[in-house]
Amino acid sequence: MIKSPTRRKRLLWIVAIAVAVVATAWGVIRAFNDNMVFFYTPTQVLAGEAPSGRSVRIGGMVETGSVQREGLTISFRMTDLKHSVPVSYTGVLPDLFREGKGAVAQGELKSGVFSASEILAKHDENYMPPKLGKDAK
Amino acid sequence: MIAEIGQLLLSLAFAASLVIGLQHLWGLRRVAAPGVDLAAANRILGTTAFLTFVLVAASFGLLATLFMGSDFSVLNVAENSNTLLPLQYKFAATWGSHEGSFLLWNLMLCGWTAAVALASNALAAGYRARVLTLLLVLQAFFLLFLLSSSNPFERLLPAVAEGRDLNPLLQDPFMVIHPPMLYMGYVGFAVAFAFAVAALMEGRLDPTWARWSRPWANAAWSFLTIGILLGSWWAYRELGWGGWWFWDPVENASLMPWLAGTALIHSLAVTDKRDALKSWTILLSLVAFALSLLGTFLVRSGVLTSVHAFATDPKRGIFILSMLMLIVGASLVLYALRTRDIGLGGRFGKVSRESFLLANNVLMSAALGAVMLGTLYPLFAEVLSGRKMSVGPPYFEAVFVPLLLPAAYLMAVAPNLRWKESTLPAVLRPMLLPTLAALLLATAAVLWLGPFKWLTVLGLTGALILAWGTADHARRQLAKLSTNGDSGSLGARAGKLGASYWGMVIAHLGVAAFVAGVSMVKSYEFERDLVMKPAETVQVGSNRITFIGVDQGSGPNYVAQHGVFELTEGEGKVIYLMEPQKRMYQAGRQVMTEAAIDYGMFRDVYVSLGEPVEPKPGEAASDQGWSVRIYVKPFMAWVWIACLMMAIGGAPPCSIGATACVAPLRRPPMQHRLRRPRRPEHGRTLAHHPAAAGAHCTGSGLRDWPAARPAQAALSAG
Repeated sequence: MIKSPTRRKRLLWIVAIAVAVVATAWGVIRAFNDNMVFFYTPTQVLAGEAPSGRSVRIGGMVETGSVQREGLTISFRMTDLKHSVPVSYTGVLPDLFREGKGAVAQGELKSGVFSASEILAKHDENYMPPKLGKDAK
Repeated sequence: MIAEIGQLLLSLAFAASLVIGLQHLWGLRRVAAPGVDLAAANRILGTTAFLTFVLVAASFGLLATLFMGSDFSVLNVAENSNTLLPLQYKFAATWGSHEGSFLLWNLMLCGWTAAVALASNALAAGYRARVLTLLLVLQAFFLLFLLSSSNPFERLLPAVAEGRDLNPLLQDPFMVIHPPMLYMGYVGFAVAFAFAVAALMEGRLDPTWARWSRPWANAAWSFLTIGILLGSWWAYRELGWGGWWFWDPVENASLMPWLAGTALIHSLAVTDKRDALKSWTILLSLVAFALSLLGTFLVRSGVLTSVHAFATDPKRGIFILSMLMLIVGASLVLYALRTRDIGLGGRFGKVSRESFLLANNVLMSAALGAVMLGTLYPLFAEVLSGRKMSVGPPYFEAVFVPLLLPAAYLMAVAPNLRWKESTLPAVLRPMLLPTLAALLLATAAVLWLGPFKWLTVLGLTGALILAWGTADHARRQLAKLSTNGDSGSLGARAGKLGASYWGMVIAHLGVAAFVAGVSMVKSYEFERDLVMKPAETVQVGSNRITFIGVDQGSGPNYVAQHGVFELTEGEGKVIYLMEPQKRMYQAGRQVMTEAAIDYGMFRDVYVSLGEPVEPKPGEAASDQGWSVRIYVKPFMAWVWIACLMMAIGGAPPCSIGATACVAPLRRPPMQHRLRRPRRPEHGRTLAHHPAAAGAHCTGSGLRDWPAARPAQAALSAG
């Protein structure tokens, strides 16, 4: 038993601070977990490694001759030179999006088509998604 | 020949920093440093600081000359410049590459060292010698890195006929000053770092230490703020995505030292005024610089692929990483060994200005930890498991708001608390009514603007309370002066409060504006991608945008597709002609979107041009549609202005008026006590002075340093 009131008060403070720290850490880690986005290659996607119902990124090269536009909607195939995945996107594309160049798409896989909410093109004309870079060299 | 001279000057600067730095580091390793002629040591260190600055500045000038003259026999010039480049960008290309920007980094470091040498005559000789020694050793490290793995003067033989061009993204008038500002900030923390390590080496810290460190930390922080502001504003204008902060690792790399710096300048204020939080302040001084180095490592090593990662040379990454480990490791070990000697400092109550400042410090550190987790974890995960992953803006937003919004509320209360011990009810009671008013006002505003979101209400309420709390505090301080018998005019009384106080007011009002701006833009921004044909009109908010058409234009080194849109309000009154462009830079054939923005105090309208859309069969070619991205960003300008206010408020003449304090503290006959065998302490000499002696017994919170008043008044008047 803790008798002294100052000691009890101090203990209370320590407990309160510990709870605050743990709660904050828990909140941060939970937010982190919920928002982790993993990166997959088209081969991995076709092998069924990418989870569905969760936002993922796929990266590769925009297959030459595969880009089709209709108004704002664009569809193309993302390839890692072994396999390719069809991707569809609606919106304005970044400047460096071009056939035969590297790109990364973030979105979800819906019935075999990757529905992208965002297309990222790195602002470097030499950019290649890292995995592809290793393979292509 | 110029390139060789430039390299020679750099080598000389390296040799001088290394020899003089290491020699004195060895000589001063002992606390008491017996047998060292400190006056002579200081003369040598000071001269070396100036000398290396002049050498590196001259070398930088020579590199700029090479760029201006398009000397493509130098690899760096050939890779980053082009004869078509406008002259101002040829100059800016000097620091547009990895090598050049690192030379700039070194120039800034030498500049800071020289500035310390110039402005630190009043410091105790032993302490001054340690600070300069540490800065010279840092210089030697970074010059070694520059020369060994990033030589900006490397030759390309035979020379090429035409250079590869400066990255078009960097061809922007404000981008030109973004890196210098950012580096001034990064490198500026080296001074606070050296001050802290020197104090650890001496194993003691007294109140004058914080007074000396403060202006340097504040200066670095202000520069860093401007640098981040320029980078963010550039991203807003140039990337064509309408965003202004992407939580990109490169941005986070600059945000981390900024957060640590923010905590540091506040913690320094507490150490300065109350001699409290000593260990914590020292730790933050170390951490702020460590994070600046980490930022450099992240950005320059090529672990991140982005516009900033110029090259992926693993040698550089390893070099910076080992330097980071060595500097940070050594300083942290020293901290662990000596922090007991430094002590925690003055005690204070659970409710006091100190405790609130500490609470905000802790919130800043938590936010810093969260950014670090989100930035570094993906890197570690990839190295360890080989899986590539990222965390996006949703994570950072989810974490940042709950951690930093409470800080705005604490900030509103803190200035009203007394130092040492205070009571909450007395402080909160006068705030009750304004808080309710702010809450009602914010709720009404959000209801009117709709859709209703609690977060927006909390954000706006926080901004209002902070603005009110800050302004009301200033009003009461002015009133207090006149009740105390000061019959001076408002201006004169404002002057008496000191530049430091008004700096705090401006910066805190800036934070309020920032919170308001971010709340508004995040809650009510409007984005639309659409296809527009000539003469088509789209309604955005209270404005309408009419697409006139696209024609061809050209600039000095690019050709452009030049779109024209009319922004109208009311009955078709044209308020702005928006001209976004799609540029193709000739040298590298890169395509760049140039957004058109109509800036406003309460909203920005933003249009960027996508791509031409193939006409459907049967449509005339003149009817060519374009994909277009339109944004309306309410209160966007507030964010920029807010950052500017923070930077101005934090600037050193405002932060403490330390420059004004130098004069009364300076004692020419100081040298005679420098050879005392035991610790020639700066603090002791200063503590004898009435100004310093009186500094720590007043608790009014108004001006804790009465003797400094005339100097401060003069400063504000001038």
